Amino acid sequence: MTTALFECRNLTKFFPIRNLFRETARVHAVEDVNLTIPEGGTVGLVGESGCGKTTLARTILLLIEPTSGQVLFRGEDMVTRTKRQLRQFRRETAIVFQDPYSSLDPRMLIADVVGEPLVIHRVAFGEDRDDAVLALLERVGLKAEHMYRYPHEFSGGQRQRLAIARALAADPKFILLDEATSALDVSVQAKILNMLNGLKADLGLTYMFISHDLSVVRHLSDHIGVMYLGRMVEYGTREQVFDAPTHPYTRGLLAAAPSLDPDDRDRAREVVLQGEVPSAVEPPSGCRFHPRCPVCKAQCDSERPALVDVGDGHLVACFPA
Amino acid sequence: MEAKEDLLVVDRLKTQFFTYGGVVEALDEVSFEIEKGEIFGLVGESGCGKSVTATSILGLVSKPGRVISGRILLDGEDLLRKSEREMNSIRGSRIAMIFQDPTSSLNPLFRIGYQVAEPYIHHQRRAKRKALSDATGILAKTGLPDADEKARNYPHELSGGMRQRAMIAMSLTCEPDLLIADEPTTNLDVTIGRQILDLVKDLQREFGASVLWITHDMAVVAQMCDRVGVMYAGSIVEKTDVRTLFRNAKHPYTERLLRAIPSAATSSDRLEEIPGSVPRLIHPPTGCRFHPRCDYAAPVCSETKPLEREVDPGHWVACHRFSGPKDGT
Ligand SMILES: Nc1ncnc2c1ncn2[C@@H]1O[C@H](COP(=O)(O)OP(=O)(O)O)[C@@H](O)[C@H]1O
Ligand SMILES: Nc1ncnc2c1ncn2[C@@H]1O[C@H](COP(=O)(O)OP(=O)(O)O)[C@@H](O)[C@H]1O
Ligand code: SF4
Ligand SMILES: [Mg+2]
Ligand SMILES: [Mg+2]
Repeated sequence: MTTALFECRNLTKFFPIRNLFRETARVHAVEDVNLTIPEGGTVGLVGESGCGKTTLARTILLLIEPTSGQVLFRGEDMVTRTKRQLRQFRRETAIVFQDPYSSLDPRMLIADVVGEPLVIHRVAFGEDRDDAVLALLERVGLKAEHMYRYPHEFSGGQRQRLAIARALAADPKFILLDEATSALDVSVQAKILNMLNGLKADLGLTYMFISHDLSVVRHLSDHIGVMYLGRMVEYGTREQVFDAPTHPYTRGLLAAAPSLDPDDRDRAREVVLQGEVPSAVEPPSGCRFHPRCPVCKAQCDSERPALVDVGDGHLVACFPA
Repeated sequence: MEAKEDLLVVDRLKTQFFTYGGVVEALDEVSFEIEKGEIFGLVGESGCGKSVTATSILGLVSKPGRVISGRILLDGEDLLRKSEREMNSIRGSRIAMIFQDPTSSLNPLFRIGYQVAEPYIHHQRRAKRKALSDATGILAKTGLPDADEKARNYPHELSGGMRQRAMIAMSLTCEPDLLIADEPTTNLDVTIGRQILDLVKDLQREFGASVLWITHDMAVVAQMCDRVGVMYAGSIVEKTDVRTLFRNAKHPYTERLLRAIPSAATSSDRLEEIPGSVPRLIHPPTGCRFHPRCDYAAPVCSETKPLEREVDPGHWVACHRFSGPKDGT
């Protein structure tokens, strides 16, 4: 039995929209999400843009405060944490974004970029720090000669390696990868994905992997959550979600992804999702997906379907047919 | 099958950029042809020369670049011999383009409907009111919801997918013979990207235009194109119909690239990697530009550029491993 590293309970994040005087509306970015991230696992998160994946990620890492709900890290509630707990939490968690350009300070030498977390978390200073940076660079396939260069001297793939080295610096247990390979070419992506799998095995890491590329998520993740307009609509093992997708949104999403087989080209065009994700400011009532749902039922626009177990931990938020 | 006619023939096109750092040999004798009514895909990783191929055809290569040699025949007429004014008119009538970033071709200061109607007003001299209602009709055809209302919006008021539809509407107003689409779905969600693919396919069938579809995404090629050219470092290394490409790729780069893509079959396994990285195109590798990364590289590979050979009918490969009876030049 694996233990949970993270547990989100009814996690909600609304962003207020204000005029000068008061809150006029709010963005329902994440609403009432329950999610368990098992230690040593990789949980993939998919959904169209604007569905709340990044907000959920940032809330889990306490980079933004939740509106309500709990984030349990090894069973301890991090929303009501002490300063000491938070410091420890920051050391044990890290995040890598899509765009290495914006996350690496262009005026800093690589030694400082990668070594900064070591200093912040008081892990190593001076020469010790440099030794640690070198070891980190080698871990991600870079060399000693790269230490005294600037970020702009590196290619996109190398910059992503740097971002990963920096994320690894304080010896974290959990890394959140938010579209971390999305900007890379296929041949570079293959190397980074292999490296991520290797690091996970060697260092006993736990990942949460967000990507709009379903085949990459499928390749890397053992569990997958599907989000739509702030809510988790389906959750299960890779096989449950990809081989037996059950929520109409998941089915539409999977059908939309182009296949590598030219003979699939005229495959069931009608299941491809029509329309776009509506505004999260005034999201649809009932099941948020009902205006786009091809199998919308009578109660869908008024009642909210709960996320229920349809068998072996496969969770789906949809009314039975 | 009846013999098809070529709409566009690109013949040994060579485009270079004369930068302070040296000459960027962006296109090294690129050749392909697009039949009437066909969707031809150009696929490859970033920097391989897809966009430069498009801008060369359009006569819009940016400074300090220049087409050095080759021919670009549209219905037999060499576009490289046209004046700037003639090219301007060809771009507004016979060739249309859509890009990855629709904001670059939409003017933020004008309403969508007016921008789509503009060619009707200026080139075809329709009355403004008629032009605007025709524009709304075209916008509706591209699947823009509430086209009447959206025609009165400014570009920033639309979502990315809707702006892409507006750009497609603009490209259709001139009823082009050739549509050049440079990664128009790359920044969109898979769902919206798929809608755009289906839309362009439907419109292409209706209008009978030929399409040059540029993408880095092999799956998009599989779903969209009739024939395809795979580019690597400024050359087309393999060219064939789409089924053959996915069933029987022959060039070492194509083979490797297809195996590096994650899919249902690769779950959790190590993905195959291509050793090394894409070369810079200032002093690119001699001979076959892929030779430093190739498993099969022989001495000849670093000495002479492999010519395209027709290994099977309609299947062309530029690799020294395949020296067929027919010559590619
Ligand atoms: N700081 C913020 N202020 C207001 N709204 C926000 C903020 N961050 C995200 N949002 C909104 O929250 C919703 C979810 O966004 P996000 O979490 O970025 O989605 P995803 O990562 O799935 O694309 C969107 O409607 C987005 O516009
Ligand atoms: N304005 C320019 N100046 C110098 N080099 C350029 C310029 N535009 C493109 N190139 C070079 O030409 C090559 C091909 O670029 P491009 O056609 O944009 O690639 P792709 O579209 O396949 O990603 C690249 O090596 C690129 O660096
Ligand atoms: S020509 Fe030589 S180096 Fe180039 S792909 Fe063929 S075998 Fe490899
Ligand atoms: Mg995001
Ligand atoms: Mg390009």
